[in-house]
Amino acid sequence: MAAPKSLTPLLKDELDIVIPTIRNLDFLEMWRPFFQPYHLIIVQDGDPSKTIKVPEGFDYELYNRNDINKILGPKANCISFKDSACRCFGYMVSKKKYIFTIDDDCFVAKDPTGKEINALEQHIKNLLSPSTPFFFNTLYDPYRDGTDFVRGYPFSLREGVPTAVSHGLWLNIPDYDAPTQLVKPLERNTRFVDAVMTIPKGTLFPMCGMNLAFNRELIGPAMYFGLMGDGQPIGRYDDMWAGWCIKVICDHLGLGVKTGLPYIWHSKASNPFVNLKKEYKGIYWQEELIPFFQSVTLPKDCTTVQKCYIELSKQVKAKLGKVDDYFNKLADAMITWIEAWDELNQSGAAAGAPKGSAK
Amino acid sequence: MSQVIIQDDEVDIVIGAIQSDLTSFMEAWRPMFSRFHLIIVQDPDLNGELKIPGGFNLNLYTKSDMDKVVGSSSSTISFSGYSCRYFGYLMSRKKYIISIDDDCIPAKDSKGELVDAVAQHITNLTTPATPFFFNTLYDPFCKGTDFVRGYPFSLRNGVECGLSCGLWLNLADYDAPTQALKPNARNSRYVDAVLTVPSRTMLPLSGINIAFNNELVGPALLPAFRLTKEGKFRWETVEDIWTGMCAKVVCDHLKLGVKSGLPYVWRQERGSAVESLKKEWEGVQLMEEVVPFFQSVRLSEAAVTAEDCVAEIAASVKEQLGRSNPMFARAAETMVEWIKLWKQVRSQ
Repeated sequence: MAAPKSLTPLLKDELDIVIPTIRNLDFLEMWRPFFQPYHLIIVQDGDPSKTIKVPEGFDYELYNRNDINKILGPKANCISFKDSACRCFGYMVSKKKYIFTIDDDCFVAKDPTGKEINALEQHIKNLLSPSTPFFFNTLYDPYRDGTDFVRGYPFSLREGVPTAVSHGLWLNIPDYDAPTQLVKPLERNTRFVDAVMTIPKGTLFPMCGMNLAFNRELIGPAMYFGLMGDGQPIGRYDDMWAGWCIKVICDHLGLGVKTGLPYIWHSKASNPFVNLKKEYKGIYWQEELIPFFQSVTLPKDCTTVQKCYIELSKQVKAKLGKVDDYFNKLADAMITWIEAWDELNQSGAAAGAPKGSAK
Repeated sequence: MSQVIIQDDEVDIVIGAIQSDLTSFMEAWRPMFSRFHLIIVQDPDLNGELKIPGGFNLNLYTKSDMDKVVGSSSSTISFSGYSCRYFGYLMSRKKYIISIDDDCIPAKDSKGELVDAVAQHITNLTTPATPFFFNTLYDPFCKGTDFVRGYPFSLRNGVECGLSCGLWLNLADYDAPTQALKPNARNSRYVDAVLTVPSRTMLPLSGINIAFNNELVGPALLPAFRLTKEGKFRWETVEDIWTGMCAKVVCDHLKLGVKSGLPYVWRQERGSAVESLKKEWEGVQLMEEVVPFFQSVRLSEAAVTAEDCVAEIAASVKEQLGRSNPMFARAAETMVEWIKLWKQVRSQ
């Protein structure tokens, strides 16, 4: 006898949708059936005198650069300008438990049966079910309908750990770097891979911010998207930076990071020459950053996300400062971010894993 | 990405015959198998002659061959049941070995086309693996995909792939308790991806549908861990799980890749999970002890071949696990015997 299909909770009062934008929010029309119940936090980048029109019927708050400066005062310098990295301001001002962030050129995708994909619902499913970072399940996420743990999977690990991050993917324009875009301008991602999986402990990954959800209570303070854009030597590494930081911290605190479904339809291919200029330094610096993050260890007394993050910023300064002075500034900005986060989120307890799970 | 051409004579398909009548199995696989040389190994507990259809280029090994080769040199190595295939691995001189359980037939992909599992395994083994950093679009060497933004360029050459682990539609490789609790659960989800299992991440490497680079990791595919009541259904074994963890440690140490995902095979209905569960639950319990061991075992820099690695793992097993349970001590012994036998056979 088949078990009744479990309904995914809407979480409409527990989840904020954070959208950075510089142009318009027309894309929300397509998402309306899925997004309308939720509160939106719009972070308007670029010229604050421009008015961003939000489609009727959405409940939202909107912040432009003037608002960011007013709210954060001198600490506003940690929030990027003229880069979608500014979206992390939305994470900071949110009062909800969960965040879903999406780019304004991402639309509803269809699964192979032609059905429209409710990306938000899948992210919620991912976040509400455990992760399995300590042992790889060859049938992928064992908590999904229609699958389970395989033979040989230790029973002591079948409860899993709380999921902190759900990383979705993109059909159509894939998230390639500039060199790859230049070599393969016509390549489109048409492969629908029907899987969600936990990225194992000790393994880093490139976290894309286009279609991303996370548990703000578990990992929020580590979701700082760095110093990018105007006045900075680098761009298009905001989400990458955040991804490496959160992964190290999740591994340390025993939290899970999932990747795979849901897919969205990414419609806009950005200019590869513009991208190359932004990414250029990142491509070189990455070679130093990866070994750094792969070998980072956090002391046992870092039991909250904030403590982990501050410790990480110290190590960034100590070890990456010599790669470029940018990393000294970034390390300082990481601390400013945490200070600002704690100021704006005073009533909540320090974010972190359930008691006693720091390794 | 240039197509890697491999010669048909670089491949052996090794089939462990647990059932006597291989006719429907071989006929189902004929389009995929017929180009290649096959090694069929008869379970030494299986009496009588195997029924094998004609038109294949194959060698058949039986108990008498095993006795001749192994003879009196070892009393701990057993080729009984599913372990009979290891005799085939021992006898093979080819670079790539593909092994599929005899209750599996070709699966259909999501377009309804038959999957050539052999070709997919060969593709997996002959394209690089990427164990040091996770690519969110899975295998970057697959047509139509690539490395994503943020993937370090220095890691984009990848490393050689040592092992390719395929999956199963219909009867998935669940353990007996899981299948017994969900008797009607069948795997119908075709996940169109191959990915590299990251370095230092352990996994349950099922032996049902597997392929490996015999030159690089051959000695690590060994029959070592036998349950007291091991039976003729996969629910009653963990030998491949043990071997798989050894092989993963070896690959991690030698900086080789292990891929998981495609190809799928269709696993036919056979046996009863409830009956198997009544008979055998020991394996499930024992796995709890071995996982922390395999997650933490580290090999010395002196171990530069798969044989070296297996010898070191065996020594660690004896020292760390052997004390708590004689089954592990026996496994360690068997591993050492196996390496001796492997070298002996290779030198002839």
